[in-house]
Amino acid sequence: MININIDGIDKQVENGITILEAAKLIHVNIPTLCHHEDLTIKSVCRICVVEVNGQNLLQPACSFPVAEGMIIKTSTPRIIKARKNIMELIFSHHPQDCLNCNKNRTCELQSIAEELNMSNPIRYEVETRGKEIDTSSPSITFDANKCILCGRCIEVCNTIQTVGVLAKENRGYNTVVAPPYGKSLIDTACVNCGQCVQVCPVGALTIHDDINLVYKNKLKGKILVAQIAPSSRTTIAEALGAEPGTVSTARIVTAMKMIGFDYVFDTDFSADLTIMEEGNELLKRITTGGVLPMMTSCCPGWVKFCETFYPKYTDHLSTAKSPQQMFGSVIKTYFADKAGIDPENIFSCSVMPCTAKKFECNRPEMKASGYQDVDVVLTVHELSRMIKAAGIDFAQLEDTPFDDPFGLGSGAGELFAATGGVMEAALRTVYEVLTGKTLENIEFNAVRGFDGLKEAQIDMNGTIVKVAVVHSLGEARKIMDRVISGQADYHFIEVMACPGGCIGGGGNPIRNWKKVEKRTVQVYEQDKNLSIRKSHDSPAIKMIYDEFLSEPLSEKSHALLHTKYVNRQDILRI
Amino acid sequence: MEEVHILLRNKNVEHMIDASVSMKMGGYDGLRNALSMDGAKVIETLKESGLRGRGGAGFPTWLKTKFAYDAPGDSKVVVCNADEGEPGTNKDRVLLSSDPHSIFEGMAIVGKAIGADRGYIYLRAEYSYLFPLLATALKSARNLNVLGNNILGSDFSFDIEVRSGAGAYVCGEETALFESIEGKRGEPRTRPPFPGTYGLFGLPTVLNNVETLANIGPIFSNGIEWFRSIGSENSPGTKLFTVIGNVEKRGVFEFPMGVNLKDIIYEVCGGIAGGKELLAVQTGGSSGAIINPGQIDIPLDIDHVASSGGRLGCGTIFVIDDSNCVLDIVKNTLEFFTNESCGKCIPCREGGVQLLKLITKISQGKGYVRDIDTMIDLSITMRETALCGLGHSTAIPVMTSISNFREIYDKHLDKDYCPKCSPKEETPERGLND
Repeated sequence: MININIDGIDKQVENGITILEAAKLIHVNIPTLCHHEDLTIKSVCRICVVEVNGQNLLQPACSFPVAEGMIIKTSTPRIIKARKNIMELIFSHHPQDCLNCNKNRTCELQSIAEELNMSNPIRYEVETRGKEIDTSSPSITFDANKCILCGRCIEVCNTIQTVGVLAKENRGYNTVVAPPYGKSLIDTACVNCGQCVQVCPVGALTIHDDINLVYKNKLKGKILVAQIAPSSRTTIAEALGAEPGTVSTARIVTAMKMIGFDYVFDTDFSADLTIMEEGNELLKRITTGGVLPMMTSCCPGWVKFCETFYPKYTDHLSTAKSPQQMFGSVIKTYFADKAGIDPENIFSCSVMPCTAKKFECNRPEMKASGYQDVDVVLTVHELSRMIKAAGIDFAQLEDTPFDDPFGLGSGAGELFAATGGVMEAALRTVYEVLTGKTLENIEFNAVRGFDGLKEAQIDMNGTIVKVAVVHSLGEARKIMDRVISGQADYHFIEVMACPGGCIGGGGNPIRNWKKVEKRTVQVYEQDKNLSIRKSHDSPAIKMIYDEFLSEPLSEKSHALLHTKYVNRQDILRI
Repeated sequence: MEEVHILLRNKNVEHMIDASVSMKMGGYDGLRNALSMDGAKVIETLKESGLRGRGGAGFPTWLKTKFAYDAPGDSKVVVCNADEGEPGTNKDRVLLSSDPHSIFEGMAIVGKAIGADRGYIYLRAEYSYLFPLLATALKSARNLNVLGNNILGSDFSFDIEVRSGAGAYVCGEETALFESIEGKRGEPRTRPPFPGTYGLFGLPTVLNNVETLANIGPIFSNGIEWFRSIGSENSPGTKLFTVIGNVEKRGVFEFPMGVNLKDIIYEVCGGIAGGKELLAVQTGGSSGAIINPGQIDIPLDIDHVASSGGRLGCGTIFVIDDSNCVLDIVKNTLEFFTNESCGKCIPCREGGVQLLKLITKISQGKGYVRDIDTMIDLSITMRETALCGLGHSTAIPVMTSISNFREIYDKHLDKDYCPKCSPKEETPERGLND
């Protein structure tokens, strides 16, 4: 511990912490723009400058470490003046259109402007970059004019996800963050994970907005059928102002019915269906000498990553579609038939924590029902905007149950939200199918938590099944390289593109690890509170196999619930 | 006035690329002496010599060396900053081409001090024609075992590689230089960590300017006393001055530290060319202070120039006659800085362009008093908050020209024509990567 004096307060602090961290201890929040608690120190925005004794110049609090006897001032007139001047400089190169910006009232630049009392006219000539807004991607909208070059997205895209689409181009005043070679996002290796959107402090990287598509189809008189992903129920209340980890499953149904959705189903059902198909595929691969390790295919970000960077190894991917796409096929076939609705008239909409799902639903392979299986994906963020626009006071809503017949999912389906969840759900089913015994301890703690790589071995009647779980594409790359070099003797690997799994997805409210942790706790709580916790025990699953699919991996299952992969290597060429 | 040639002592010697010729002229004698010392003793010698960096900041060379010496780690690096990027400056080029071995020798001595086994010369991209020359010189040094394994029979091994970037001015900033050698975008790093502990490739690193390194051999061969007898108390030794602009005789000159600026302009360089009058002098390159004729009677050493608001910097003296307008000079400097800003930090990236826009507006007679105030405000913010020296020093010519030539600024306000300013034009186009 060392002694410092900060804003006149003597304080003992840990050696080596930054001034920014030290200031928090005396309840001072120094404004920051480029700093992000989960990322490396950038120290480029210079908004956080403070006075340090012995230093002629102002020093950035985010990177400057405290030292014994240091005297720090964090808000002298000299500092405030410098900060305001830097804000003015940012404004002079930033569109002045807060009123119709997607980030209005959630923008970090805007809130610092408010905190710093930026109320005088800008002394500098205002000029924007004049770049066209890139709306080519189905998942992410990129407005380079709003970018403040903090570098967060670059770190996420290159270091954490190792996708390498975003980087700086040009120099000085002309510097921009851009995909390579002047390409639009759609033409790049971008996997649509949306983690860049999660860290962008301003409105430069936002979610591709599909809300109007829903309104349009409602106006056309289509029947709106919705499915809600496992993690959405844990994050939508947060998007509407509640604490992270506030579960609001039944309130979402109420709100969506009020907005005009005709049927609201639970994606837990098709998560269970995925387990049935994927689990049986794994059993088949193990018993018939198929390609191992098998890897999960429910994450569209990971699937595109594999198709792009490891196109020769897509036979490791399970052929099972993701829960969203399975549900899509089922809604426009089995459900349409059962409910007596012309599938032509159904507008199928899913509520996802994910931006890559928008890409997935538009894949040409996803038309097994004879129509586009899922017509639109709304992220949690977008649905929360619709609820807001409808004037609904979400916190006060009554509960409404999901619609039949797909209103009952298992706890296993619920687990899909968290990293390791698909694996845990699969193990619960695979164990019982393979051994014929009842699994007593159904909680697989080895695959829970936020370690980059999690491993487990399960003895199934003498067969040792080795599994691994990775999250973030940087980790996926590491394990793929091991698979290629033959150093990964697993049977089954779960890969989720987003750090923390879907609960940390790009379509969720703005994340940090603390929030993701709180959300994850609730995912496991929901599993615990359900009476049915294994996919194969779900009555809806039994029903659909009895009435429609007959058995896992049947011909019908293959036609509707399984898919193919493509080689996207060419996208890496100039 | 007679020059004092220590660094330029071999300027007119033929075949100085050859290590044997260099050794005949006393080259590598300093290294031989240093080889018998331990690292601490080498640093002690540097300390007593009082040698300070010649690249710009004037930081004590021994202290820099000691930071890397004290840093833990088996692998350490010496870097020679030969990215001589200040406009108009070419003293390092003269040293590199006329006496490359003096630089290798300095690097080897610093390597001996910190226990480094390799050094890098980061050569300015525009000096790429020196590549073969340096390669030949390095080869001949290795042949005579003044570089390479077990130098001169000792247990000290040290070798040098030459690297180059793509010609960005900011890569003369030491951490941007490291990034460039590492093959990354040339952007300065945030400090701490400092290069002494985390420099090139993350290793403890000492980086010195070419001229600083060229001083080290003579110090170790001729002794501390000899070195301290030259120059001034706080800045011993000689300094290379590149004189450019409107003087009769331009070039690179070597004088003891503390030589009078006025004497250099009028006695050494023959005064202002073409019978014109002196308008202003900018010392220390584009990032230096712009001073008026009343301020040129100053001794040129590191502390004196610093106390007058500028910096000795790399020793460039830019003499401007009265057919020019100071605003034009500042505008030109700002165009340079906005082109060379790497764009990493906001104050430099955005501030430089705004300064340029403001001065362009004033020079076109469209400015107001408040625009000058805004320029002062902005200069202070850039100076106080920018990430690296480039952003800090963009402000210096602006602030000094406003305080030393305020009446010229005032004359431009609300008038539409200055006969001396360059032809009126709109805000200059900033081309991509130019």
